[in-house]
Amino acid sequence: MIRLKNIEKVYRTSTIETLALNSISLEVAKGEFLSIMGPSGCGKSTLLNIMGLLDEPSKGDISVGGESIRDFSDKKIARFRNQKLGFIFQSYHLINDLPVLDNVELPLLYRNVSGDERTRLATEALQKVGLGNRMKHYPSQLSGGQKQRVAIARAIVGNPEIILADEPTGNLDSAMGNEIMEILINLNKQEGTTIVMVTHDENMAKKTSRLVRLFDGSQVL
Amino acid sequence: MFKNYLKITFAVLKRRKFFTFISLFGISFTLMILVVLTAFVNHLVSPGYPETKRDRCLYIDKFEQIDTLKNSRRSGPVSFHYIKNYVSRLTSPERIGFSSFTNSVNAYVKQTKVNLFYKYTDANFWKIADFEFLEGKPFTEQNIANNDFVIVINDFTRDKYFGKGVSVVGKNIEIDNVNYRIVGVVRGCPITRTYVSSDVYMPYNTSKKDYMRKELAGEYIVILLAKDAGDLPEIKAEYQSLIAKLPFRNYSDKWFKPNKIHSTADTFIGSFLSQLTHSDGDAKKHYVYLILIGFALLFMSLPAINLINVNISRIMERASEIGIRKAFGASSRTLTYQFVIENVILTLIGGVIALLLSFGVIYYINNSGMIPYADLTINWKVFLTAVIISLLFGLLSGVYPAWRMSKLQVVQALKGGE
Repeated sequence: MIRLKNIEKVYRTSTIETLALNSISLEVAKGEFLSIMGPSGCGKSTLLNIMGLLDEPSKGDISVGGESIRDFSDKKIARFRNQKLGFIFQSYHLINDLPVLDNVELPLLYRNVSGDERTRLATEALQKVGLGNRMKHYPSQLSGGQKQRVAIARAIVGNPEIILADEPTGNLDSAMGNEIMEILINLNKQEGTTIVMVTHDENMAKKTSRLVRLFDGSQVL
Repeated sequence: MFKNYLKITFAVLKRRKFFTFISLFGISFTLMILVVLTAFVNHLVSPGYPETKRDRCLYIDKFEQIDTLKNSRRSGPVSFHYIKNYVSRLTSPERIGFSSFTNSVNAYVKQTKVNLFYKYTDANFWKIADFEFLEGKPFTEQNIANNDFVIVINDFTRDKYFGKGVSVVGKNIEIDNVNYRIVGVVRGCPITRTYVSSDVYMPYNTSKKDYMRKELAGEYIVILLAKDAGDLPEIKAEYQSLIAKLPFRNYSDKWFKPNKIHSTADTFIGSFLSQLTHSDGDAKKHYVYLILIGFALLFMSLPAINLINVNISRIMERASEIGIRKAFGASSRTLTYQFVIENVILTLIGGVIALLLSFGVIYYINNSGMIPYADLTINWKVFLTAVIISLLFGLLSGVYPAWRMSKLQVVQALKGGE
């Protein structure tokens, strides 16, 4: 489904060059729940961002469904992210000026979906994550766990083929973390959604179907 | 999508109250000043009561005799002698009228001093200016031929002298120790319409001065009324050919022997500009318009620069939101569009506030008595142009930072644009 070939990412400043990813090749199959583990600063999030087309690799090739994204225009990348991908971030990344329902509707905003349909789909997604009663609240009025559920609802509302989750339980206590994990596992098992999750929590990683370990930007076999 | 943009716009405006205030203040205050200033200029130069035919009128308000050898000159308004013997020969105007410059005089009402402005006019003056007669009628050529001491007063004088709203036609009024019989009462006009504004109007031949003296310079302004505004150049040309044929006056003063005469028949704005620039005002008109437009643009650029600054910091602050939107499918173009819409909304709100403020200020000027009979109105053309210019600035000031931010890598944007 997603294929990374010899991906390299170098961060350059005027004085230092840092190799964040070193020749990573990885394939994510449809319906897989893959976790990427490693210590802080090993390049997990960078790898996830490159897989989600949120960042560009310095070298290497990414192909999606057999098509290299190298020639994708900004518009095509935007459409691809919108229709195929859903993101869950460790720090939620909700738009604080918008109520929960509008936050969840966001991916649908960039599709040809009517206002009523958007509201219906976003309501459904919020009900799935148990937040049907918080639709008119603003993110600042929610707990960390509730914010992450809103982020999950936003990620699934457009029914994407792949969900990329960057330490989705990183900011939550273990009980709340387990609840979020349950939701993701259900999504994977019941809806067949492909999930790639970055975590540094061994217990969470064990719940996924495949584990990739990184160390200092390189894949550890 | 537009509803979502509106929501986020108002949320951002509410959240960043200080920025919003600065932006709105900049836009609305500048627009308001521009609108009030143009309303004032419009009030000064455009046709308005009672000079509704101003666009068909030319004014001769200056006659200049020049001694080029001694580099000396004498100038002033024109005399009755000059009007009667020369200007009245013009054939191209539909009508020729004249009035004196406005002077002030004391009148006494039950031993109370009332200061009044007065003008001496001919009968044609009333056919050129469209005064509204609240009572009676203007004096006529017959009155002038009969040497009648008749007078037309305005409602301010009537109310002050006789009492509010009383009927006064046929009554007498004493001006400068002379008794005049009132033949008409007109609705007063703003003092800014200097060629026609006065409190009382008397026939020119009732003046105590020797109006018949054979001088070219005197105390009158001539108003030439054209049949059509298109005839004005022909009238101007005819007047110039008249000037070219004028004999030079032989003064007894050995230090002043005029060998050149300069006088022009100008439009209202042209005569105003000729006094400012000491040259043919109508010829300079376009330059002055260009300078005024330049000033207006310069004036408008102040809030635009402010808006650009505010927008850059406002949009930079929202890098994370840009990142989120991009992550979920917004293209650079869509994001730029969103920020432009926000700016347009901000500018339109500023425009509405400016309009309300302008209405308030203009209402205050019209009703405060600062300018008696002021009838300032909003020039919608100027207001709309100013709003369009603001929108344009708003667009430009929004497009650049939005475009720059929308080009950020999503990861960078999510980290706050670092």
